[in-house]
Amino acid sequence: MTDPRQSPTETILASLPRRRRAEARFHFYGIAAIGIALGFLILLIGAIGHQGIGAFSQTEIALDVTLDESVLDPSGTRDPETLSTANYRAVVRAALGEIFPEAVRKRRDRRKLTALVSIGAGFELRELVLADPGLIGRTMRVWVPADDEVDMLFKGVTVRDSGRFTEKQLGWLDRLEAEGRIRSAFNWRFFSNGDSREPELAGILGAMSGSFFALVTCLALSFPLGVMAAIYLEEFAPRNRWTDLVEININNLAAVPSIVFGLLGLAVFLGFMGLARSAPLVGGMVLALMTLPTIIIVTRASLHAVPPSIREAAIGLGASRMQAMLHHTLPLATPGIMTGTIIGMARALGELAPLIMIGMVAFIVDVPQGLLDPASALPVQVYIWADSPERAFAEKTAAAIIVLLAFLVVMNLTAVILRRRFERRW
Amino acid sequence: MKKTLLAGLLAGVAVTGAAEARDQIRIVGSSTVFPFSTAVAERFGKTTSFKTPIVEATGSGGGLKLFCAGIGEGHPDIANASRRIKEKEVKKCAENGIADVIEVKVGYDGIVLANSRSTDRMSLTLRDVFLALAHEVPNGACGSADACPMKANPNKTWKDVNPDLPDMRIEVLGPPATSGTRDAFVELAMEGGCKQFAGIKAMKKADKRAYKMVCHTIREDGVYIEAGENDNLIVQKLTTNPRALGIFGFSFLDQNDDKLQGSMVNGVAPEFEKIAEGNYPVSRALFFYVKKAHVGEVPGIAEFIAEFTNEATWGPEGYLADKGLIPMSDTEREEWRAAANGLQNLSM
Repeated sequence: MTDPRQSPTETILASLPRRRRAEARFHFYGIAAIGIALGFLILLIGAIGHQGIGAFSQTEIALDVTLDESVLDPSGTRDPETLSTANYRAVVRAALGEIFPEAVRKRRDRRKLTALVSIGAGFELRELVLADPGLIGRTMRVWVPADDEVDMLFKGVTVRDSGRFTEKQLGWLDRLEAEGRIRSAFNWRFFSNGDSREPELAGILGAMSGSFFALVTCLALSFPLGVMAAIYLEEFAPRNRWTDLVEININNLAAVPSIVFGLLGLAVFLGFMGLARSAPLVGGMVLALMTLPTIIIVTRASLHAVPPSIREAAIGLGASRMQAMLHHTLPLATPGIMTGTIIGMARALGELAPLIMIGMVAFIVDVPQGLLDPASALPVQVYIWADSPERAFAEKTAAAIIVLLAFLVVMNLTAVILRRRFERRW
Repeated sequence: MKKTLLAGLLAGVAVTGAAEARDQIRIVGSSTVFPFSTAVAERFGKTTSFKTPIVEATGSGGGLKLFCAGIGEGHPDIANASRRIKEKEVKKCAENGIADVIEVKVGYDGIVLANSRSTDRMSLTLRDVFLALAHEVPNGACGSADACPMKANPNKTWKDVNPDLPDMRIEVLGPPATSGTRDAFVELAMEGGCKQFAGIKAMKKADKRAYKMVCHTIREDGVYIEAGENDNLIVQKLTTNPRALGIFGFSFLDQNDDKLQGSMVNGVAPEFEKIAEGNYPVSRALFFYVKKAHVGEVPGIAEFIAEFTNEATWGPEGYLADKGLIPMSDTEREEWRAAANGLQNLSM
């Protein structure tokens, strides 16, 4: 209720403090909203980072291995076939026996002792020998990965008296440590190996290559198709009921849950076309179906945002509609199209659901070398590791998430930079 | 232009690729067998000249469905299952031309009820488990099929179930209905407790459907909490909630036995030896099935069976035991090894 004797200026002045307070409150709400969102983000990244950081280091044990010819290559032919199937585990066991001669007398002790070293030790020795057969007969010191249980102990995830080690085993570990035979090294295996059931050997390279091949296929299919479709719809297609129908359908497709595309892929690409299961090619094709509507919508929006005057000026100077579009409209719309495409790709990178149907959610050890080799993908790796009983896989899971997030950040950052650098405002 | 070329190239690669022969074993099936199957696949790939087999976790039912869909490169060679193949599935296989299937029993898996070590270890009977988790329980005496009135499960605390148990609210985290672990738990634990009531047991003959309904239905009033397929999640929740019990596979207890303890069931603790001897009541057999028509066509199948049935793999000191598999007895292993390596056909 305003006092009739007040002048309008007085009324306004009287309401000023109240309006300023409302303004301040509004600012506060905005900042609070951002703060809460950031808080959750920091909590998420902090929790994952805290858990995953351990996966980037690995406890290693130094062994003085003698690459005994009588064990590895009794015939002395240096035949690669013999060398690759030789018993390298025996070499590892012998090296352990050198350090603990008293422990290898009883079978039970010997088992407990070899259990401290990863079975990957043998595989790594094999790689060394295959790369250089001249090493046979020599004795050298190599750092081999410790078993995941030992790794967890030295990382402080499990405690000494957890019952996961016998007294003897703890004694051996103490002696190894005292002799300087235990170190924590950068876990390069995490970046150079495929999947494994042994946490200390499990790596992300297979999943990264799988994701890479799938995304290349996805980009090669969805980008040209999407851009062409969008250009035609936006610039050339007549406006009638048919084009309206197409447009509605494209918008609907963008909202279809991704698992549906997986089912479609299973029926069409695997069932009808007979393509290989688990191939990143098929994964990429399914992801392309999913990304296509996004690219079409974004491209149309970017083309639409170019002022009509540019098109009209080009046509006025005698350019054909195609020339006007290719020479003027499209270059101006490119930053927007790129941004949309990258964001569409980033979404495809994080997809798991459509890959279940086409067999990419699988345990695959060999790193894929091409589009048709069986492969998994980054989100698949996260999913499989999260479901594994071994405790050391918890940090691997978090580390895989870190790698996935790093890729997403890089892709989104590229999108932002492209937009900043090339975007024109009118 | 370049891009259309590339797309064309891709299509070309696709066509030639499909015609290429498969040189890698493909395995599908149970997520319970998955950790064991993958471990064998990895060793097999690393110690032989064959490629590492590809293992997919599709669930037992889903895996056998894919397995029985046909013969040829597009179909898997091996299906893992956490239960025996059903007659229905054998028939389905036969319809699609898969007459010869080799059955291999791998070992056993125990299903445990576990809680945090910060609470006392529980000692339950199957009867307690049924009374705590069933949707309906007998109302009063249950002497015969006609005189066994049922009521909605009123039990809120373990003391309500059995006066010897602690006065603690019943709170059980377990797998959802889609899970094979849940099927096995219901069949072995729930039904095992259920048929101790004479009246319900009599019902089995009179009305099998009603009997199953009573014995296999888990209560839905929030006491049994479905915690998703991920057993690690249940393990984590148990460490933060000391009052809750969780239901999951033995290998997860084995990996977390410094934080969790398995409840005694009918007086038997879920320990490696006890399950192996067959004394622990809630355990099931694990299998895999091999398509005979693929042996020799896809390289390495016979060798893979040999690797799986090797003593160093599935024996009491083999590497699968380290992964939590409960091995079969010596004689049983010997029999199955001979049958599997002789490529003997499945007989129902």
